[in-house]
Amino acid sequence: MPLILDIAVTHIAGRGRQTLVAVIGVAVGVGFSIAMAALMQGGQDDFVKQLVDTMPHVDITDEQRTARRQPAEDIFSTVAISGLRPRDDRRGIINPTAATAWLESWIPGRFAESLKTQGVIRYSSREVGAAIIGVEPERERGVSPIVEDFVKGSFAALNAGGNNVLIGDTMAGRLGAGLGDTITAVSSEGLTRDFKIAGLFHTGTTARDEGEAYVLLKNAQILSARPNAINEIRIKLDDPNRAPVVAHRAEAELGYKAVAWQEANESILQALVVRNVIMYTVVGAIMLVAGFGIYNIISTITHEKARDIAIMKSLGFPEADMRRLFLLEGLAIGGAGSALGWALGFSMIYALSLVRFEIAATGQEMTHLPIAWSLLHYIIASAFALGSAAVAGYLPARRAARLNPVDIIRGAT
Amino acid sequence: MSALLETEKLTRVLPETVPVTLVKDVTLTIAEKEFVAITGPSGSGKSSLLYLLGLLDQPTTGTIKIGGRAAEPMNERERARTRLSMLGFVFQFHFLLPEFTARENVEIPMRKLGRLTRSEMRGRADELLSSLGLGDHLDKRPDQLSGGQRQRVAVARSLANDPPLILADEPTGSLDSKNSEQVFTILQKLVHQRGKSVVAVTHDLDMAERMDRRIHIVDGKIAAGA
Repeated sequence: MPLILDIAVTHIAGRGRQTLVAVIGVAVGVGFSIAMAALMQGGQDDFVKQLVDTMPHVDITDEQRTARRQPAEDIFSTVAISGLRPRDDRRGIINPTAATAWLESWIPGRFAESLKTQGVIRYSSREVGAAIIGVEPERERGVSPIVEDFVKGSFAALNAGGNNVLIGDTMAGRLGAGLGDTITAVSSEGLTRDFKIAGLFHTGTTARDEGEAYVLLKNAQILSARPNAINEIRIKLDDPNRAPVVAHRAEAELGYKAVAWQEANESILQALVVRNVIMYTVVGAIMLVAGFGIYNIISTITHEKARDIAIMKSLGFPEADMRRLFLLEGLAIGGAGSALGWALGFSMIYALSLVRFEIAATGQEMTHLPIAWSLLHYIIASAFALGSAAVAGYLPARRAARLNPVDIIRGAT
Repeated sequence: MSALLETEKLTRVLPETVPVTLVKDVTLTIAEKEFVAITGPSGSGKSSLLYLLGLLDQPTTGTIKIGGRAAEPMNERERARTRLSMLGFVFQFHFLLPEFTARENVEIPMRKLGRLTRSEMRGRADELLSSLGLGDHLDKRPDQLSGGQRQRVAVARSLANDPPLILADEPTGSLDSKNSEQVFTILQKLVHQRGKSVVAVTHDLDMAERMDRRIHIVDGKIAAGA
């Protein structure tokens, strides 16, 4: 063992109880930091996963980010145009066949086109406002998680028979309708059409369960009197992180607004960053407190070992060796605390992962706490601990190294 | 005999509110294989001079040469290195590292210097301790040894790196007469048998008289014996 390390070990081993307290202080800090990070990261990952899974990665709609140039602007030197009213308010993606064929040629994932129109669902004497969404079931299956959310019937039932509709269980409850009942859909154009309820879904999102009705695309086109029209293309990518690139390219080519999921949830993602900053600030604060424990013990050791410092310097140890010695002692406590903290953190995370509970209010079952098992959390917590230990060790080490051996030797004699 | 250590007008002043002169204009030469006593009344500056000679303290003015090399231009690391290889210290109190055994204490300067292998260090430590009558106490820690034994371990440690000059500050000051005589004899043998130079600060005038030369200090100045 190198001499300095040898001396460092004897120093800290000679103060067993104090060393143990300091090590436990660091271990508790590291352990709780790891557990907290795992829990917070787990919650964040789970949240983002829900976000990514439930919504399209790229959503192309028939909107445009900037208003179209008006013919009047080409003729007159206009300053501003206001109060524009379209002659025909039937928007939609122009030439949808070409658009989908182009997307098909390069999209690294799946997509589904749809026509969303506002309308009313009637059953008996009750009415509920709804977004009536026309979809191609086979394509929809590739982009929408709703396929997995059926409590009665199934998504496949949309294909079986001409006029089937899938509605949320909350909407069904408000209408008083059930599986197999026939409802009437009234579009904003005033057209009506009867549909048989072939499935009830429950997504857990009230707005969807209460306000969405899925029909075949051609039925939605008929209901809104817009043959062959679509007004939305939803894309699911193999790699969700590529969404901004895909959205940018699609928007540049098609001219329609293409929104990546990151853009759509920008404020939420920013909030998550802020949450992480808060988390690591708390971790830093915990480690700072643990650092005080280390400072205390190293400071005590340097005070008690002043005579040893003097004699080592008189033997020919330079100041740098003295600094190294006590810095090493601080790091040894930090290292031992980190190792113990890893074990503590792992145990706490494991214990948390065993906790199971239900949230009955929404009827949704949440079987366990979302936990992120990441080596990075251990490394970050240890880095904080060792950094704090290094500072806590260095300050008294620097003071000890500057001690004048003559003063101490004179004091002893 | 050639000069092992030389000083020229060595002065040490403590920069207090009222400056205190510890050592003033000391010019002396320590030759090889010389056994020199530094005597003087309490507070006369004997130990201060010894610390200056041992490069533990820095003079306010004046020069020191050890082995022909001037100490003033040396940085802190070079001074430490010089202490490690050229000088051995024996203090009034043993100043052994309490957690280490007698053998380990003697090995420490050798381990720091790093010239020998681990087994060579062990062999040399055992040989030094045995030659000082501590062959049966190699693995004992300082608290398991008597005062005389501890001081002999300190002497063995001062010899660990085979330095040409041993500086001893009241080496027998805390020992009874029997142990004092034993330690004095050991120091004498270092000079006569091992060819070392020994400079010892002492209050014991009888002991000083038995040394090769006596330098008497009064008020920081050499009163006699330079």
